[in-house]
Amino acid sequence: MNNVYLDNNATTRVDDEVVQAMLPFFTEQFGNPSSMHSFGNQVGLALKKARQSVQKLLGAEHDSEIIFTSCGSEADSTAILSALKAQPERKTLITTTVEHPAVLSLCDYLASEGYTVHKLAVDKRGRLNLDDYASLLGDDVALVSVMWANNETGTLFPVEEMARMADEAGVMFHTDAVQAVGKIPLDLQHSSIHMLSLSGHKLHAPKGIGVLYLRRGTRFRPLLRGGHQERGRRAGTENAASIVGLGVAAERALQFMAHENSEVRRLRDKLEAGILAAVPYAFVTGDPGNRLPNTANIAFEYIEGEAILLLLNKVGIAASSGSACTSGSLEPSHVMRAMDIPYTAAHGTVRFSLSRYTTDAEVEHVIREVPPIVAQLRKLSPYWSGNGPAQEADKEFAPVYA
Amino acid sequence: MWDYSEKVKEHFYNPRNAGAVAENNATGDVGSLSCGDALRLTLRVDPATDIILDAGFQTFGCGSAIASSSALTEMVKGLTLDAALKISNQDIADYLDGLPPEKMHCSVMGREALRAAVANYRGEALEDDHEEGALVCKCFAVDEVMVRDTIRANHLSSVEDVTNYTKAGGGCSACHEGIERILGEELAARGETFVPAPTKAKAAKKPQLVTLEVPEPTPAPAADSGKLTNLQRIRRIEMVLDAIRPTLQRDHGDVELLDVEGKNVYVKLTGACTGCQMASMTLSGIQQRLIEELGEFVKVVPVSAPAQAQMAGV
Repeated sequence: MNNVYLDNNATTRVDDEVVQAMLPFFTEQFGNPSSMHSFGNQVGLALKKARQSVQKLLGAEHDSEIIFTSCGSEADSTAILSALKAQPERKTLITTTVEHPAVLSLCDYLASEGYTVHKLAVDKRGRLNLDDYASLLGDDVALVSVMWANNETGTLFPVEEMARMADEAGVMFHTDAVQAVGKIPLDLQHSSIHMLSLSGHKLHAPKGIGVLYLRRGTRFRPLLRGGHQERGRRAGTENAASIVGLGVAAERALQFMAHENSEVRRLRDKLEAGILAAVPYAFVTGDPGNRLPNTANIAFEYIEGEAILLLLNKVGIAASSGSACTSGSLEPSHVMRAMDIPYTAAHGTVRFSLSRYTTDAEVEHVIREVPPIVAQLRKLSPYWSGNGPAQEADKEFAPVYA
Repeated sequence: MWDYSEKVKEHFYNPRNAGAVAENNATGDVGSLSCGDALRLTLRVDPATDIILDAGFQTFGCGSAIASSSALTEMVKGLTLDAALKISNQDIADYLDGLPPEKMHCSVMGREALRAAVANYRGEALEDDHEEGALVCKCFAVDEVMVRDTIRANHLSSVEDVTNYTKAGGGCSACHEGIERILGEELAARGETFVPAPTKAKAAKKPQLVTLEVPEPTPAPAADSGKLTNLQRIRRIEMVLDAIRPTLQRDHGDVELLDVEGKNVYVKLTGACTGCQMASMTLSGIQQRLIEELGEFVKVVPVSAPAQAQMAGV
């Protein structure tokens, strides 16, 4: 079995058609789209086509609502800082405890600068309480920024409903949708969402390209000022090849939308059921009934995630973990902590994220390999004895907490 | 993916002494579950000689935690308790050919477990002097607790102070924002305001170290008794470097002698010395020691990796 890549929420393989479409833009189509001559003109037309493809994928009303950026993080920063700059009298942000760091660490920084940041809590299955949310919407709120789908668990937030509530309260709404775009159908023109971020490399386009969707009429202040590119809303010479690539990736994502929500979902469910049937003391985190079709996040109790990943890697399986050790931080994933997953399980969470390239044979390979790896590590664990957690009261493991 | 040494990988994939030791008479449980590590060390100690006859570990933790535990059990077997207690966390890391800075706490955990087990065997209470925070400086593996404690104990008020006392911030300087934040909080707590150092152009660097000069041809070995032969010189140079080495290794760095040509002594700084802002100070220190030892002027020339490849090709 060749290597099995189940880390598609981290990044994806660039689609072959995307690569083919991009190549001419490094060689014969190298012009600057702003130039008057024919070298540039052709590139300009290609960008227009790409913009329309992204518009279609998002279900946006106008292609001018698509602003190309360098990445999802730039789109997030642009949206949040724009809302504050455009409405200087409003000093409050609403977000959630489980956002991606692209939003969370900017919000923390803004809090240190004197802004008020409300982080909506989640329950044990990663769900928000909309009554709490409604009570926070007020005249001082500059922006609500809530992710569409969680990168670790795949749990979906009711962003369309939340955007409607914000709209009714006269508050701007942004969603970080980097995990949702390309995996679930979107229809922004019939939503109340003002701004949305997406990232190319999550949907089989290359790294280094993202989009900020900006609903027509939304008050906006650019992050980068300079040239007239993107109608003056994002200065800087266009990353033409990558924009063209993203356009093709958007077309391909639409073609595979049904596949993603039937076949990929079937494989994910098969993987999850297969692992859970063979491994005791393991459970799915997040909200299994309401999540992305490609994501399975499983907590393996009493063992640590990085150790699992290293052993998986040894048998050619790529996944990721919410353990502290994979990031170099001391705390396990903030998403797992927010859901109040106990430490012994939070450190042992493994995320398997599939793609349209995932096959039955690969899933079966993973189902075969995971149980012995978990058993091997549990044999080393002080929290485990024999076939279950260590339980004899006098011998229970009680470390001196340093 | 972490840059683990082959030895770390080997001890992780094939851990030695996993599981509790049968008929053990010492147990050390340490860890911090919030940071994903916990370790139980069990020992069988010969009561007559205090020699550790067998050691076993059970670890909840990442690859390097398991490797550190495995290494520790190998290292302590056959030692007396007193000798085992002399093992430092750096010794554990060295045994594994080094650990990434973010993972040094795994070796600390190993040492703590050993102390706990020995205290357990002797019926003593374990003094917990170890507290650990989020890593601030990755170049020198300094955590937040260490930075805060040092600021409080020494009444520090600038990033430069913090670097001088803890080394944090002395490398790539990416953590200066974090250190400023900590200083801001600590100074506010004692009723002061953090004032950043004024921005100023860095004093012009002395162009002393990297040279493009063609090295002078080596003079023929002097026959007269007053002068050292090349071999003698090189031995003395090695001796000086060996004397300096422990100091560098304490900071996770090292120096290697590459070549000697005339008055030029070519060395390579490795480990944490690479890219360290203090590297030029280190080099001038080495040069001074060499001049004193050899009784002649020599120039210490640092060689970077590409240049080294070129040298090998000549």
